[in-house]
Amino acid sequence: MANSASPEDNIVSISNLSFSRGPRKIFDAVSLEIQRGKVTAIMGPSGTGKTTLLKLIGGQLAPDRGQIHVDGQNVHRLKTRELYELRKRMGMLFQSGALLTDMSVYDNVAFPMREHTHLPESMIRTLVLMKLHAVGLRGARHLMPNELSGGMARRVALARAIALDPLMIMYDEPFTGQDPISKGALVHLIKSLNTTLGLTSIIVSHDVQETAAIADYIYVLSGGKIIGQGTPQELQQSDSEWVQQFMHGDADGPVHFHYSAPDYLDDLLASK
Amino acid sequence: MFQFLQNLGKTTRSSFAKLGRASFFLSHTLTGISDVVPRPNLLIKQVYSVGVLSFLIITISGLFVGMVLGLQGFNILSDFGAEESLGVMVAASLVRELGPVVSALLFAGRAGSALTAEIGLMKATEQLSGMEMMAVDPIKRIISPRFLAGFLSMPLLAALFSAIGIMGGHVVGVGMLGVDDGAFWAQMQASIDFQEDIMNGILKSVVFGFVVSWIALFEGYDAIPTSEGVSRATTRTVVNSAFSVLALDFILTALMFGDI
Ligand SMILES: Nc1ncnc2c1ncn2[C@@H]1O[C@H](COP(=O)(O)OP(=O)(O)OP(=O)(O)O)[C@@H](O)[C@H]1O
Ligand SMILES: [Mg+2]
Repeated sequence: MANSASPEDNIVSISNLSFSRGPRKIFDAVSLEIQRGKVTAIMGPSGTGKTTLLKLIGGQLAPDRGQIHVDGQNVHRLKTRELYELRKRMGMLFQSGALLTDMSVYDNVAFPMREHTHLPESMIRTLVLMKLHAVGLRGARHLMPNELSGGMARRVALARAIALDPLMIMYDEPFTGQDPISKGALVHLIKSLNTTLGLTSIIVSHDVQETAAIADYIYVLSGGKIIGQGTPQELQQSDSEWVQQFMHGDADGPVHFHYSAPDYLDDLLASK
Repeated sequence: MFQFLQNLGKTTRSSFAKLGRASFFLSHTLTGISDVVPRPNLLIKQVYSVGVLSFLIITISGLFVGMVLGLQGFNILSDFGAEESLGVMVAASLVRELGPVVSALLFAGRAGSALTAEIGLMKATEQLSGMEMMAVDPIKRIISPRFLAGFLSMPLLAALFSAIGIMGGHVVGVGMLGVDDGAFWAQMQASIDFQEDIMNGILKSVVFGFVVSWIALFEGYDAIPTSEGVSRATTRTVVNSAFSVLALDFILTALMFGDI
């Protein structure tokens, strides 16, 4: 199997992770490994906890049980200061973009550099323009976040996530809301960041095609468990019904489109 | 009855939990102030939006409150033939009470509600967690400068309110009702004590500035991250600030001037 590498090769290793939101179990003893320098995709139906997983890796949520190691450190045992040091080496692209609304596009991308480095403004300018150019938005640098479309905002957020040249980037749905041209450009960008800078990328996405094109390894999550894993080719040929349903986007199959609910007819007929 | 006790217990417990979070939040905010000092731009920007933008409402309100004091004071004092003491009356009421209290209430309505809404919305749009993931502590970067700005602006706004109020009293008393100009100022200077009146007034406004800024920022930070949550938090800021200011005013007045 592709993932039987030695532990130092894993930038993230998650063992036995359990996490609940109220009574709802989001993860049930999940273990997975993310290899250094590779593009790993996490796929799964909406609401399975992909965003939650990224927040657990970033130390914004704490697991009920189990451990998460990032770059050799146990994320949830770190002191606040150490956690912040670790986060400087992680970039995260939020699903919502999470741009700072009182700053222009330019200042948003410059923000992490201004906070964490003592670079002169001229240098910051060069870096910001390079990052914005990479996502195709160099010309939009004077706009405010409320003047951007959803897809543009996400690309600015991407430029900001790579501002500090982190070791690892977590992309939460980078392709959603992008037109086919930007989508292609983003696929290319993520791949080239990965190969030229040796970045590790974790991609959360529903776009099977795009993801399969760049991922080295894919985990498919559903119902709090990993229901499939492997290289894109392995998954395409997988004989698991679950994985097949997901890779081909069938509505019918073992994975449910509906959030767990009482029987439909009972629900409609029930008086409250 | 049992239900009532159960609810009471629940409410008490959640109030204590909130108080705990608020205290933790405050200590975190205060430690963040040392990081604001080397970055004065952050502070200046906030002093502008918290303090300077409150100027207009403070000035206009101060003027009217002073004018009303001049009118009412004249009516009462002239019954005793003591119109010359109008200056003392206007100045003492403003410096001791109305300046700090009314400007704190206005500040809570003007700047406090805006702070809560701003922070609450930043939370709702994931800007605060985005910042955390960029390894920037949102409390130190966002909350501490706003807290310091509120805390520093309040005494200045209260002083402005009192100064404008005294002018308002002068316009009405001396300009319109014919109180002697010299007596107005001379009596004021003779009777207003620096320590007793002015320092105590400033101390009050410092306390109010601290409390109102704390409440406003905490309510925003603790808000449920939805539109309704933010709107409720904004209301709570205004209501809780008003209660706290009035209750603290009584306590401080009793300690400073009372012989209770
Ligand atoms: N703040 C919260 N409080 C309670 N439950 C939550 C909260 N955030 C998420 N959840 C629940 O956790 C589950 C996982 O959410 P998450 O956002 O991780 O899903 P996701 O896999 O990223 O979905 P999508 O693909 O739609 O983004 C959902 O079922 C959701 O109901
Ligand atoms: Mg998600």
